[in-house]
Amino acid sequence: MLTSGVILLAGSLLSPEPGLIFWTAITFVIVMLILKKLAWGPIITALQEREKGIQSSIDRAHQAKDESEAILRKNRELLSKADAESDRIIREGKEYAEKLRADITDKAHSEAQKMIATAKDEIEQEKRRALDVLRNEVADLAVRGAEKIIKTALDADMQKKIVNSMIEDFSTKRN
Amino acid sequence: MKRLSVLRPKTLLKVLAILVPLLLGGYGFAAASAEQSAAVSGNVAAAPAVEAVHGTEAAPEEEKAGDVIMHHILNNRVFAFPPFGSVELPEIKVGGFDISITKHVVMLWVVSGILLVVFSIVGGKYKKMTARQAPTGIVNAMESLVEFIRTDVAKANIGAGYEKYLTYLLTVFFFILLCNLMGLVPYGATATGNINVTLTLATFTFFLTQIAALKAHGIKGYLAHLTGGTHPALWIIMIPIEFIGLFTKPVALTIRLFANMTAGHIVILSLIFISFILKSYIVAVVMSVPFSIFIYLLELFVAFLQAFIFTMLSALFIGLASAHEGHDEHEAGVASH
Repeated sequence: MLTSGVILLAGSLLSPEPGLIFWTAITFVIVMLILKKLAWGPIITALQEREKGIQSSIDRAHQAKDESEAILRKNRELLSKADAESDRIIREGKEYAEKLRADITDKAHSEAQKMIATAKDEIEQEKRRALDVLRNEVADLAVRGAEKIIKTALDADMQKKIVNSMIEDFSTKRN
Repeated sequence: MKRLSVLRPKTLLKVLAILVPLLLGGYGFAAASAEQSAAVSGNVAAAPAVEAVHGTEAAPEEEKAGDVIMHHILNNRVFAFPPFGSVELPEIKVGGFDISITKHVVMLWVVSGILLVVFSIVGGKYKKMTARQAPTGIVNAMESLVEFIRTDVAKANIGAGYEKYLTYLLTVFFFILLCNLMGLVPYGATATGNINVTLTLATFTFFLTQIAALKAHGIKGYLAHLTGGTHPALWIIMIPIEFIGLFTKPVALTIRLFANMTAGHIVILSLIFISFILKSYIVAVVMSVPFSIFIYLLELFVAFLQAFIFTMLSALFIGLASAHEGHDEHEAGVASH
């Protein structure tokens, strides 16, 4: 307790010392000037340069990112366009193929129909001809048979007329 | 301390059991032999104090302690290196002014020398370095501090045009920091614990602040600021108030740094002297040494803190002086109070 009292009362803590003020000022100013030349100048310059370098690197990175994003966007657009194009082509191809198939089928169908029709006609004609031939043959056979049977009693023309009318009757009945 | 902490608690108890009676018995022994107590306190790193104990054995203990503390704190023309002796510093008088080289002047020069050596090395490295290289070692350590002062102190408080004040702020920061730290080194003295040193440094800040204000506002604006922007009838009150206000800032800077640095040293020395006054080893071991170590570590922190605060406030004052809206804000702040 007395110690603190002594310190307070000493008063010399606050006593002015012009010499010390003088030396402090001189020393400080000289140190400041030398350090400005030796240290602060180069350090601050280097720091600012580095700051600028970092800033430009960041800027460049951002720029590169923007560019790559733009390219990516473009690529995506192209890709989607190409997708649409290929879709369209495929669809058109499908449609064309469908049409073609339908056409071919129709054609084949009609061709077949036509062929069937001609074939039927031919068959009909052939049948008719065959029937005619057959009729004549049968008539001849019958006439000949009848001639043989009733050679004497009847002449040939008369017999033929009778047989023919008979066959006519048959054929109309059958058909 | 370290060795003891390594030991197991059981062993520690045994050691204490042997030591405590010895310490208790040593009470009378210590009182009888000043030599012995001096040897013990030598470990406590109060070297000048020990010297004083030797010299004025017969004087009353309390008075002696105060004298020794003051002797340690104050400036004088003897640079003592106990127990190796001391160096008498030269006395110089020019035109009736006493500009003797004192202890604190020597400390200022030591600090300047260290600063110049360290920063010429660092600056040299920077001159060789390209922008793409990363700093290493001491360059890196110094760069972090320089960068801190540059961005967080100067740029943050002054704003545009802070580069002009950077030289002063950086120098004052490292100068004060090293002065503070030198006071914690054995045989060292705290130059910043002398009010004359802090007053000189604060005066630099004061002049820089006034120059910044003059530059920012011109002479007309500067004088207008002194009137406080009030009605002319009030000028008779406002001008003295604003005029005094100009000086309160540097005075606050002066007192803050000086008182902080002085107080820490007085506390450390007082703690050490308690054991001398009570003439007890127990007090020394239990109280003086641990507490002074604690205060010492605190002082280490305070050394950085006060250097930072001085620089920070200098930058703040310069920033306030040069800010164009600073005046209005200041007025608004005063009005709200």
